[in-house]
Amino acid sequence: MPIVQGSGSTRNEHQKNKGVWSDSGSPGVVANSIIGKPAPLKDSLKKVTGEAVYADDMKFPGMLFCRILRATVPHARVKRLDITKAQAMPGVRAVVTGRESGVRFGVLPVSQDELSMAQEKVIYTGEPLAAVAADSEDIAQAAIWAIEVEYEALTEFLRPQDSLKDVEPAQQIHDKVEKKHPKTNIHKAVDQEFGDVEGAFKQAASTPNASFKFDGISHGFTEPHAVIAHWDAEDRIQLYTPQQVPHYTHRALAKVLDLPMHQIQVIRTTVGGGFGGKSDPFQHEMIACMLARNTRRPVKVTMDREETLLTGRGRHPTESKVAMAFDKDGKLLALDSDVLIDGGAYGSFGVVSAYYNGVLSNGPYLLPAFRYHGKRVYSNRIPSGAMRGHGSVNPRYCTETLVDMAAVELGIDPCELRLRNFLPPNSITPHHKFRVTSTGIREGLMEAMKRSEWSKKWGKLPYGHGIGVGCAWYISGSALPIHWNKLPQSTVHIKIDMDGGVTCHSLAADIGQGSDTMIAQIVAEVIGCKLDRVHVKSTTTDTAPIDLGSYSSRVTFMAGNAAREAAEVVRKDLAAAASKLTGQPAQYFDFAGEEIVCRSKPSVRVGFMEALHEAQADRGALIASGSYQSPPLGGDFKGSNAGLSPSYSFSAFICELKVDPDTGFVQPIKVWAAHDCGKALNPLSVEGQIEGSVHMGLGQALTEQMRYRNGQMLNANFLDYKIPTPFDTPEIEAIIVESHDPEGPFGAKECGEGALAPVIPAVGNAIFDAVGVRMFEVPMTPDRVLRAIEAKARKEREA
Amino acid sequence: MSKHILRFHVNDRAVEVAVEPWHTLANVLRNDLNLTGTKIGCDMGTCGCCTVHVDGKARLSCLTLALECQGAKIATIEGLNEYEIHPLQRAFAECGGSQCGYCTPGFIMQSCAMLKENPDPTRDEIKAGLSGNLCRCTGFMKIYEAVERAATEMREKPVSAPVKA
Repeated sequence: MPIVQGSGSTRNEHQKNKGVWSDSGSPGVVANSIIGKPAPLKDSLKKVTGEAVYADDMKFPGMLFCRILRATVPHARVKRLDITKAQAMPGVRAVVTGRESGVRFGVLPVSQDELSMAQEKVIYTGEPLAAVAADSEDIAQAAIWAIEVEYEALTEFLRPQDSLKDVEPAQQIHDKVEKKHPKTNIHKAVDQEFGDVEGAFKQAASTPNASFKFDGISHGFTEPHAVIAHWDAEDRIQLYTPQQVPHYTHRALAKVLDLPMHQIQVIRTTVGGGFGGKSDPFQHEMIACMLARNTRRPVKVTMDREETLLTGRGRHPTESKVAMAFDKDGKLLALDSDVLIDGGAYGSFGVVSAYYNGVLSNGPYLLPAFRYHGKRVYSNRIPSGAMRGHGSVNPRYCTETLVDMAAVELGIDPCELRLRNFLPPNSITPHHKFRVTSTGIREGLMEAMKRSEWSKKWGKLPYGHGIGVGCAWYISGSALPIHWNKLPQSTVHIKIDMDGGVTCHSLAADIGQGSDTMIAQIVAEVIGCKLDRVHVKSTTTDTAPIDLGSYSSRVTFMAGNAAREAAEVVRKDLAAAASKLTGQPAQYFDFAGEEIVCRSKPSVRVGFMEALHEAQADRGALIASGSYQSPPLGGDFKGSNAGLSPSYSFSAFICELKVDPDTGFVQPIKVWAAHDCGKALNPLSVEGQIEGSVHMGLGQALTEQMRYRNGQMLNANFLDYKIPTPFDTPEIEAIIVESHDPEGPFGAKECGEGALAPVIPAVGNAIFDAVGVRMFEVPMTPDRVLRAIEAKARKEREA
Repeated sequence: MSKHILRFHVNDRAVEVAVEPWHTLANVLRNDLNLTGTKIGCDMGTCGCCTVHVDGKARLSCLTLALECQGAKIATIEGLNEYEIHPLQRAFAECGGSQCGYCTPGFIMQSCAMLKENPDPTRDEIKAGLSGNLCRCTGFMKIYEAVERAATEMREKPVSAPVKA
């Protein structure tokens, strides 16, 4: 039975729930002294004092500064690129162009389509063409202005529909496209059908359907891209970069620079926000390394905000036609969706996006029949990629809107209709074989209904004032790694020497979500030591064992399990030492409060340090390794790997808001956000993730959109790209639901991404409750809302 | 074009530095004085990451030319904790008001200036006071809690001149 706890500011709630343990708790670990307690992030003191070092804060002797020349047109042949004037300028140390390397790279092995710099042609406005390293940033910029470029225009593909057409090979953006559509600009097409879709629609009592349109949005992390490369005297390259996924960058660098991986060290600097936007290997990383190779000096690239937005990888602009079928009791029968996804200039994570837009609709409701046609196309716009809730957010808006429409049509309360359809725990979805181990969505929705007084409000608030609901699920890490191999997905090493410091090595990237703190908590809990004894080193590929990094919401589940396994090895060593010192059997010891206590005779106890030094006798430092690999999962059809995860998180949100019918302006009042994270290892962080997801989701719901004219992004700055400010952000009540996942570390699942998707439909459905219009375009800006209100009034007048 | 000598006080120390006329206060603090706690998020006054105090008032250092600060007294995030950690810093850390941390120095400097003017702000006054600062991680809730907690603490036990500037 899941446990519901906590909300925004009621710390006491956490205390009340202490002592609740998942089935997967370590045998013998009964202390529960650290897991489940709010813990400030381990690096937070460095961050509040300004001590934390981000890439742009670093300086090296002899360091040069790089600026990048970017394409000013969306699709064109480069007729002439003249760097001679730039090269001749005093203070310029190197200029590189596309001639430097023709090696293509990309995050997915199937989409190696990025060049470090454009060669014969440019494929989006903002694409790097050349770069300068100079003694100062001012000189580098002046040299960039001195480079001459002449273009010859090619056919531009600025609407995703244009990319579906057959064209001449010369007009194709990339040589390699979807095999099924070889003459188009389609990057990836996915067609899946399971169950009797036609039959379901025939027998249905309600078949809501609509066309939806989503603008592209950006991660909007506050730290602009910045990296430093240093090709040292020993011929090793050191790249300092705020990467969410240092391992994939490490691989891509080896490929592009043609070096063995061990000759490259990737050092993750403090990451000033990622949200998926720092998880591709990037052109500017390659450029910095090339300039460092050519100059043998450290080279720093710092982008401005506009360049950062042009580098992109945000949520795909999407157009969807979706229909759902329900019986008269509101039971979901089928989903049929046709989705066109604008991938922009590169592949990036797009093959995954093409699958996720369909297959992740197989929850949180039991779906008997499923049809999906998805196409991700290349276009001459800013590359799209992975962003928080990757591939699940836009389709979730579609399905949650249609679920709401069915509820209204069938005369069933929208929450009640959802409650009738949720996937149960310990179940497997009928077609894709997604395995649901634990779910607390039922309890979450009921708690959100209670706290929001849903039944007193829905359908009963005055005109202009409404309440709406949205539900979602998300993967706790992709079960299949991007690179197929036998290596574990996460490995954690622990070293404890006689000083008593517990050093954990991991390559899971702390990007502000608190993964270092999570690893420290797990290790401290298992070996019963204080949290401040544990130091997590997660920045450097030379010392950290491989972890696939911070994407697909995988870190707590996978790196957390690896940390626990490593800590249990240490625990056994310490127990053996305690046994030797006391004569009691090793399996009878509990670990807590820096002591190792005999369970049957609590007066027999050994201090942590004493046990440690005994364990170190004749061998020195205790060294342990733990790892995590997902269990075999899934069906055996083509594409069956997409969407598989060892566990899924679930969320149920309710939003109350006001709509001004004269202006279309939407003012959210409050969001009740119930999220099932399995077990809140650190409730402070879980609340932070939920609240941050709600904030980011409200941005996509109401104000954020990447606007274009002729392929040029019109609002590549934070004045015109509107992230909600404190004024725009309503009160958020985070409701932690604990379903105690049997395979998660101490029962934990993800909470960083899944909590974003339900906000947007909760807003859309609340707008319907407020003013009676359905919003099919996101963001729901005042002009769009007003247009919908006016259209409804016109229709009513005509009727 | 030649460099000009800028003489001012930064975190209570007299400083003399030669700067280009087009360099901003943010550039000079970060590049010339190595005070990298002040962050540049947009360089056009839209995110608040670069907020510092100029003569006791919060200012966006990316929109302030360094030479405008001739003779001024500047305080940065590094100046807040010269002797002991400031209540705002501790509250931001302990309440979860900082995740990735990039916006945090700006938020703390803005909050500090706000609390000087209004030591007992309501939630709405805090929102208004911080409306020029963007945080992409926290959703602001934990930031408000941190400011409220620090404000209470500072009213009960005033901070003895965290920075004299």
